[in-house]
Amino acid sequence: MNAHAYVALTGKGKYKEAMDVILRNLPFPGAIGRICPHPCESACRRGEVEAPVSICALKRFVADQVDIEDLPIPEIEKLDEKVAIIGAGPAGLTAAHSLALEGYQVTVFEALPVAGGMLRVGIPDYRLPPEVLEKEIRAVTRLGVEIKFNTALGRDITMDELRAQGFKAIYLAIGAHKSMRLNIDNEDAEGVVHGVDFLRQVNLGEITKLEGNAVIVGGGDVAIDAARCALRVGAEKVSILYRRSREEMPARENEVEDALAEDIEIQFLTAPKKVVTTANKVSGIECVKMELGEPDASGRRRPVEVPSSEFVVETNLVIPAIGQAPDSSFLAETAGVALSPKGTIEADDVTFATNVDGVFAGGDGQTGPWIAIGAVAAGKEAAISISRYLKGEDLRAGREHVEVPQENFRAIPEDIEKRPRAEMATLPMAERKTSFVEVEQGLTEEQAKAEAEKCLNCMTCCECYQCVEACKAEAIDHSMQPETVTLDVGSIIAAPGFKSFDPSRFDTYSYANHPNVITSMEFERILSAGGPFQGHLIRPSDHKEPGKIAWLQCVGSRDINQCDNGYCSGVCCMYAIKEAVIAREHSKGPLDTALFFMDMRTYGKEFEQYYNRAKEGGVRFERCRVHSIDPVVGSDDLELRYATEDGRVEKENFDMVVLSIGLEPATGVAELAERLGIELDHYKFAKTSSFAPVSASCPGIYACGAFQEPKDIPCSVMEASAAAGAAASRLAEARHTLVKEKTFPEERDISAEETRIGVFVCKCGINIAGVVDVPKVAEYAETLPNVVYVQQNLFSCSQDAQDQLCEVIKEQNLNRVVVASCSARTHEPLFQETMRNSGLNKYLFEMTNIRDQCSWVHANDPDAATEKAKDLVRMAASRASIIEPLPMPSVSVTPVGLVVGGGVAGMVCALTIARQGFKVHIVEEKDRLGGQALKIKNSWKGESVPEYVSKLVDDVTGHENVEVHLNAKIKEVSGFVGNFETTIGLNGAGDAKKIEHGIVVLATGAHSIKPDEYLYGKNDRVFRWHELDEAWESDPVKNATSAVFIQCVGSREPERPHCSKICCTFSIQKAVELKKRNPDLNVYILYRDIRTYGEREDLYREARNRGVIFVRYDLENKPVVKDDGGALDVTVMDPVLQRPIILRPDFITLATGIESHGLEELAQLFKVPLSQDNFFLEVHMKLRPVDFAVDGAFVCGLAHFPKPIEESIAQAQAAAARAATILAQKDIEVEGVVSSVDQALCRGCGKCVDVCPFGAPELIELKDGIMVSHVREAMCKGCGACAVVCPTGAAAIRHFTDMQVLTMVEAALGG
Amino acid sequence: MSGEHEPKIVAFCCHWCAYAAADLAGVSRFQYPANIRVIRVMCSGRINPNFILKAFQLGADGVLVSG
Repeated sequence: MNAHAYVALTGKGKYKEAMDVILRNLPFPGAIGRICPHPCESACRRGEVEAPVSICALKRFVADQVDIEDLPIPEIEKLDEKVAIIGAGPAGLTAAHSLALEGYQVTVFEALPVAGGMLRVGIPDYRLPPEVLEKEIRAVTRLGVEIKFNTALGRDITMDELRAQGFKAIYLAIGAHKSMRLNIDNEDAEGVVHGVDFLRQVNLGEITKLEGNAVIVGGGDVAIDAARCALRVGAEKVSILYRRSREEMPARENEVEDALAEDIEIQFLTAPKKVVTTANKVSGIECVKMELGEPDASGRRRPVEVPSSEFVVETNLVIPAIGQAPDSSFLAETAGVALSPKGTIEADDVTFATNVDGVFAGGDGQTGPWIAIGAVAAGKEAAISISRYLKGEDLRAGREHVEVPQENFRAIPEDIEKRPRAEMATLPMAERKTSFVEVEQGLTEEQAKAEAEKCLNCMTCCECYQCVEACKAEAIDHSMQPETVTLDVGSIIAAPGFKSFDPSRFDTYSYANHPNVITSMEFERILSAGGPFQGHLIRPSDHKEPGKIAWLQCVGSRDINQCDNGYCSGVCCMYAIKEAVIAREHSKGPLDTALFFMDMRTYGKEFEQYYNRAKEGGVRFERCRVHSIDPVVGSDDLELRYATEDGRVEKENFDMVVLSIGLEPATGVAELAERLGIELDHYKFAKTSSFAPVSASCPGIYACGAFQEPKDIPCSVMEASAAAGAAASRLAEARHTLVKEKTFPEERDISAEETRIGVFVCKCGINIAGVVDVPKVAEYAETLPNVVYVQQNLFSCSQDAQDQLCEVIKEQNLNRVVVASCSARTHEPLFQETMRNSGLNKYLFEMTNIRDQCSWVHANDPDAATEKAKDLVRMAASRASIIEPLPMPSVSVTPVGLVVGGGVAGMVCALTIARQGFKVHIVEEKDRLGGQALKIKNSWKGESVPEYVSKLVDDVTGHENVEVHLNAKIKEVSGFVGNFETTIGLNGAGDAKKIEHGIVVLATGAHSIKPDEYLYGKNDRVFRWHELDEAWESDPVKNATSAVFIQCVGSREPERPHCSKICCTFSIQKAVELKKRNPDLNVYILYRDIRTYGEREDLYREARNRGVIFVRYDLENKPVVKDDGGALDVTVMDPVLQRPIILRPDFITLATGIESHGLEELAQLFKVPLSQDNFFLEVHMKLRPVDFAVDGAFVCGLAHFPKPIEESIAQAQAAAARAATILAQKDIEVEGVVSSVDQALCRGCGKCVDVCPFGAPELIELKDGIMVSHVREAMCKGCGACAVVCPTGAAAIRHFTDMQVLTMVEAALGG
Repeated sequence: MSGEHEPKIVAFCCHWCAYAAADLAGVSRFQYPANIRVIRVMCSGRINPNFILKAFQLGADGVLVSG
C-alpha cells in the first residue's frame, strides 16, 4: 500500500487519483480507514517531529470524497478458470477483487446471510456503518464476483463438490468466529453470551433490547466493543472485568477512553471465578481480586489471585470476550487440510499454499485473530499465488520478503514547524449512548489537506504514477530494477564529473534566504528556453526584469578559510563573462552587468579576446573583494559591500546577484576510487602525473574530465579522447573482437516504380501539436500529388515509430518518405538509417521542419503556423517526387599515420598511434626529437622533464611501427581522408620521399617571443624562460639578493591579444624554487592577473607563504626597466599603495608570450584554417577539439594553443585516438551528396577548380590535350558552388539539382 | 485578399549556418512573422541567381539568401 502517494495526492486535492492509488491494493478504503489500528503510522518519520501523519484518517477522508461505485469499471478480459473463495471477509473479498480484475471467474461462499466477515458482524455499526462496507463490497461484486450466502463449507458444501463443479483453486478465508471459553462453572447458563456471538447478534439485529446490567470479561477490542454495544441496546450498567491493570490492556487506547467517557465501568485486576445462577439463569458473577506477580511468557506481569478476596457482581448478562479462534475442525476431518494445535490452518508464509494442492488459506483463519489490514494483505498475496498456480508458474519466485533498508530518506528540515495531529469531530456524548450512529465523523477538507501537507516526502518520489499517465510516449516504467552486470574489460575510464559548490553555508552572501541571490548554474537555467521562465530574463522574487546584475567570482574556489577548496575552478571567469554577455543580449531594456573578481582568468584559446569584447561591449569588471550581500530594506534588491584594491569600502545596489560557484569532486568519488583501487589527491581529484595526464594510479584505469581536476568543456572533451587513446593503446590486440557489424537489407531498385510518397506528420508530444493543427496538416497532405499514405505520429523519432515506419514502407510499398517534424540537422541521419533498414536508398528521404519553423516560432498564431506547416509539407512532397537514389561510394584507407612535428606532442601522438597497431611517420624539421621540452627542467608538479623526454625519444625511436624523419619538411600534399600522399624534402630538401598515409596530425609547436622591451638582449641579466634555468648556477643568480619576474611580456597586448597560459605558473614555480634555495632572496612578480588555474593555485599560495611579493600592474602603467650603470632598476606603479615603487633586482626574468611560426604554409598544404592568433583552428572548440574541418586531419600541442606539458600530452593522445577511428576502418563510406561533372559538356575552363574550397575538382587530360574536370568525391563537401559557376551545366550537385531546388520555390509560392 | 498586404518571402538557408540559425530561433522560441518559407541547401554558394529570379517571377516579394 503506497501511503506516501495517496497522502501526497490528497494534499493536492486530487482525491480521485488518491482513490485509484489506494484501490490498487485495498478494495475497502472506507472500512479500513475507519477501523484500522494503522501500524503504518508508527513507521511515519513525521513522528520524529511531533506526531505521525494521520494516514488512516486521510484514507477514510479520500474514500468519503469519492463514490467508489462512480469509478469506471475497467475492461477485463475474461478467463475460463473458476476460483472458489470460502468466506466473504476482508481476506476473501480482497482475493476475489484481485482475481476478478485478472479475469478469473470468482465465486465466494459465505456462511452468514451478509458479506464482510468480521468487518460486518464483529465491528459495531457506530464504528463502521454497514452502508459504507456494503458499498465497497458492491464495487467488488460489480466486477463479476458472485457471493453465495448462507453456504458454509463443511455444512452446506464440501471441497470435493467444489472441485466437481469445476473450481480449479480454493481459497480458505474462513476467519475466526469461534469464541474462546472461560472454562468456569455455569458458562453455558442462560444469560451468558460470548463476545463475538454477542456482537454478531447485535449487528444482525437479533439482539435489539437488553434489560438489567451487563458484565463483560476481557480486555481486548472485542470486550470494549461488546460493552459499548450492550450500553446502546439498553443495559443499565455495563462493567468490564479485566484481570490485569490498565497498562496491560490490549484494547486500543482511544477505544478505552471512549468507553470510559460513555460511563462504562472497568474493574481492573479482577478475574471471574464462576457464573452465579438462579434457576439456571444468570444472576451475577463471582470474581476474585488479582495482583501482579512475575512476568509471564508474553512479558506482561502474571496476575495472581489475592487470597480470600472473592466478591460477586450482580448482573443479568455475562459476555466473556477473551478471544476467538477459527472454527476449522471440519477441514482436517473432511479435506485433509493440516491445522496447527490452535486450530488455525497451516499455510506457507510466502505463498499461502496449504498442504493440499490447489488449496490456499489466509486471514484470521490462518493466522488467528489479527487486524483487518493483515487479512487484506493476505488476500492480495493469495490472489497472486492462485493466479500463478492457475498459469502453472512458480509460486515463490521473487516473493521472498526482503526488508529494504530505507537509506535514502530526505533529511528532516531543522526549522520545521510543529503542528498537532488533526482530530476528527465526534458525535456528542448524549447521542452516543443510545444510538449506533457513527461516532467519528471524519476530517474536514481543510484538516485533511493540512494533515497531508505535513508529509515529509521522505523518498522524494511518492510513486503516485501520475507521470506514467501523463507521458503519452509510455516512457516511464516504475518497475525497473537495478541490475548487476559483470563485464570483462581490459581498461576502465572513470569520468564521474563534478558537483557544483553549494553556497548555502555562506551567511554573508544571503544565498540561502534571498530569492534574488542565485548560483551561476541557476542563472544558466534562467537564460535557457527550457528553463523556469522560458528564457525570459526576470528575477525570481517578483518576476521583474532586472536592470542591474552582479556576478561574484571565486565562490567556493580559491578559498581555504570558509571552505576547503584551495584550487581555482578554472571555468568560472569565462562562464560569468558569457552569462553577462548573453544576459545583455536577452534583456529587453538596458542591463548593467558587473563582475566582482580577484584575478580575471581567461587563459584559454580566444578567451582573452572574448573578455576584451565583453569589456568593450559594456560589461563592468570590478577588481575587489566582496564583503557581504544584504537585502535592501523595503525592496527585493540587494546591497553589495566590497573593498577595492586600494582599500576603500564601496556599496552598490543590484536587482540580482549571481554567485559564480566552483566545481567540487562529485559525490561518491572517494568510494569509487576505493573500489577501483586508484588514488585521489588532497582535494579528492584523481591523482595523475604530468606525463600520463589521463592515467590513474592503477595501470589500465584512466581518469578524464573534472574528475581529474576542475576544467572546461574543450579540455574535458579532449581528455575524453585522450583516455580512449590511452586505453586503446593497451588493447590493440582486442580491437574489432567485440564489434557487431551493422548490416542493411539489399537496396530495392525503384527505377521502374511509380512514385509513391508516404508523409509522416509528427506531433512531437505537444511541441508541435500544441500549436499546429496536425490532423489538418495530415488531411491536407493526402491531397498532394503522389502522396499515397499519410500518418500522424506522437513522436516520430521514437524507436517504436522507427520500427513502424520500416513496416509501413514495406506494406504500402512506399518509395519516397517525407517526415514533417523537427530539424534535418539533428534527425535526418536517424530516419535515413530506417530507410536503409526498410530496403530503400537513404536519399529517397525528405524532411521538413514544422517545429522549429512553425510551432515554436509562431506559438501565438496557431492558424498561421498550421498554414505554414501545410506549405512546408507541400514543398517537401514536391521535392520528394523528384529526388533520386544516390550511390554511396566507399574508399579504402591506408592504415598509416603522418605526424608533423617531433616535439613531445608529436612523439606522444605517434607513439599512441603506433601502440594501437598502426604504422606512423614523424616528420621533424630539426635534427633531433624533443622540441620545446628540451629547454624545460621541471613540470610545475616538480617532475623531471629531461628524464621523461629522453625515455620518450627512446620509446619512439625503438618502436617498430614508428619511422622518424629528421631534418625533413613537408613539400607537397595531395589526396584526401584515408588516401593522402605527402612528399617530404629531406636534408635541406635535397632528397624527396613520398609517404602514403590515411591521416595527418599537425603538431608543429610554438615558441616564446624575443621581446624588444625591458632591456632584453641589452643587459645580460635580463632573461626569458629557460635562460633563467641555464643561468641558475651562475653567480649573478646564485648570489642575488633580489629578483624580479615580469609577466605578460608580449601577451595580452593589442598586437598579440592572447594569454600565453603557462607563464604565471612557470614564473611562480621558479620564484618558489628560488625561495627554497635562498629564503632571504627578495622575489617580486609583476603581473596583470595571476592565472594559476586548477590546482596550480596551490603553487601560488605556497609562493605567497614563502614571501614572494606580487605587484599588479596595468597595461597603461607597464613597469619601466632601466640600466643604472650596469645595475637594474625597475619602477612599477603599486595599485595598493597608489604610488610607484622602485626595485633594484640582480636579475629579471621575462615571461614572454608564446606564438606559433610557419603555420601558414602547412595550413595551405593541408587546407586547414588558422585562428585569429595564428594557431591552428579546430573544427569546433568544444565538440571536436582536436579535429580539423578537413576529414582525416588533426591537431595537438602548442601549434593549437600555448599549454603546459600535461595538456600537450593529453591532446596528443586525443589526436591519436581520433586518428585511429579512421585508421581502424578498412574503407570509409563517402557522402552521396557530392558534385559530378558531365565530361561531354565540360570544356575544361577550370572555374570549378578555382571556386572549390576543398580542392575536389581537378582538371585531367581526357586525350590529346583535351582537359576536362573530374571530381574526387571523397574530398567533395557537397556545397554545390561548382554547379553555380559552371558555364555549360556540366557540373551538377546531386540531391540539390536545379530542378530539385526550383520545384520547392514553385511549391512555396504556388499554394 | 483580406486586410493588409502580407509579403511572401522565400529564404535559401545554408544547412550549416543559416538553417541552424532557424533551428536556434525555434529552440529559443523567438517569435517572428509566419510569412517566410525556408528552402534548405547545403551551402549558400549553391544559390544560382536563376533561383532568385524564379522566386520573384512566381510572386515572391522578397528573397533571403542566408549563409
